[in-house]
Amino acid sequence: MADKKNDIDETSGIETTGHNWDGIKELNNPLPRWWLWCFYLTIIWGVGYTIAYPAWPMITGATSGVLGYSTRAEVAQDIARFDEQNSALETALADADLTTLAENEELHRYAVAGGAAVFRAQCSQCHGSGAAGATGYPNLLDDDWLWGGDIENIAYTIRHGVRNETDFDARWSEMPAFGDILERDEIDGVVQHVLAISGQDHDAELAATGAEVFYDQCSACHAEDGVGNRDLGAPNLTDAIWLYGSDVAALTETVRNARFGIMPPWGERLGEADTKAVAAYVHQLGGGE
Amino acid sequence: MAFLEKHQILERSPTLLLIGSFLVVTVGGIVEIAPLFYLENTIEEVEGVRPYSPLELTGRDIYIREGCYVCHSQMIRPMRDEVERYGHYSLAAESMYDHPHQWGSKRTGPDVARVGGRYSDAWHVDHLKDPQSVVPESIMPKYAFLADTVIDGEHVQDLVETHAFVGVPYTEEMIASAQADFTVQADPDGDWDALVERYPGAVVSNFDGQPELTEMDALVAYLQMLGTLVDFSTFTPDASR
Repeated sequence: MADKKNDIDETSGIETTGHNWDGIKELNNPLPRWWLWCFYLTIIWGVGYTIAYPAWPMITGATSGVLGYSTRAEVAQDIARFDEQNSALETALADADLTTLAENEELHRYAVAGGAAVFRAQCSQCHGSGAAGATGYPNLLDDDWLWGGDIENIAYTIRHGVRNETDFDARWSEMPAFGDILERDEIDGVVQHVLAISGQDHDAELAATGAEVFYDQCSACHAEDGVGNRDLGAPNLTDAIWLYGSDVAALTETVRNARFGIMPPWGERLGEADTKAVAAYVHQLGGGE
Repeated sequence: MAFLEKHQILERSPTLLLIGSFLVVTVGGIVEIAPLFYLENTIEEVEGVRPYSPLELTGRDIYIREGCYVCHSQMIRPMRDEVERYGHYSLAAESMYDHPHQWGSKRTGPDVARVGGRYSDAWHVDHLKDPQSVVPESIMPKYAFLADTVIDGEHVQDLVETHAFVGVPYTEEMIASAQADFTVQADPDGDWDALVERYPGAVVSNFDGQPELTEMDALVAYLQMLGTLVDFSTFTPDASR
């Protein structure tokens, strides 16, 4: 084949490939040198790469590569590096007494900043990115606390959660569904009474009958005057702050079927330092006691 | 230059070119794909991983049907920021019974590989019905209709059998009791001991809070078990994997 010379193009003086399409011929220019060399280099680099990094499959495992690279080892190192950088503060925070945390300015600032980051990643889905909550998920900015608003109580709630079945120490209370216990007109009365003690428009006549029902059925947890009881997670009914709504429909639903808000426990997921950090963050949002 | 012109033989014969290409692709396939099925470091077995319960499997089908994977991945990559946000990086074994896996490659929403147990059932229901009611800045569509679609598990045994057929180790007992397990997982008042024995770690709950068993129950049951099977307090990662 080599001795069979193809035509030489007259204009450029370059050999053609011998292909001929209606008189149009193709020049047999060589590949550009730079391109060819780059191509050869990639082959060499590729072979080197498979020696340096895990690559070739053998009988039970793959070659591990002379650089000893491992994705798992890399992420472990990366995490360890950050842990080490923060270890002094992390240890101090994990051991800190929450009640006096605010006195240590540097540690408190670290806790609040770290707690804010954890809050946005883990807590904001329910309590909102600004901690203002949503219907059924408590607002953490105000000073109305179901289970206590001092920093120790906030940390306890974060650590163990509320009414979950995964943590034995979770905060627990269960309001009965009064739809099975009270008559319909008694429920209407109680709802009007709650409207009355929370300073809203109400039917005074119904509210008067509801007051008796309230005294018999509700006061054990919500107290006679309706201010609630934090030991039982029974909300204060006399303020203007409502978790599930304050209108007749929402209150009737609450009395009839009760509510059972659940918060998962976060102590194990977050670890001691992060739990305290979130507690410090939530405590300083405005409502902390 | 004679050697360098040998390629002309291949280029001038379509049959030879076809055979040559086939050989190249075959070698590439054997080298790149076949080892994944026998190398010890690609088939790491991890304690705790079990096949999906019938209700979870049904929820998984709804997850796929609604295209959740288009926006949510189920693959926590081994990087510090992901581990900080989502939890331990995903292990291959955690999706060993997935047909097909839901790793995904697009995160319009967050990764859900370890969403199980992070939120209450009620939150999942609120969020699926109207995501903006709990996360105002969310752009996720509403899936309220799931709570209106009652399901009775009529074909759940076939579903489990199909997964057994493609290699998921469902036992005869699991297949035979598929429909009963399906119903009892959403009924905390039922007799679910056998279900939890067959599927350790299965969450039994009336997920959607309604008396009927709906697609919402199935989907939330699935979401609540995602990433919860492996106990990472006892898991020691082998660095070579």
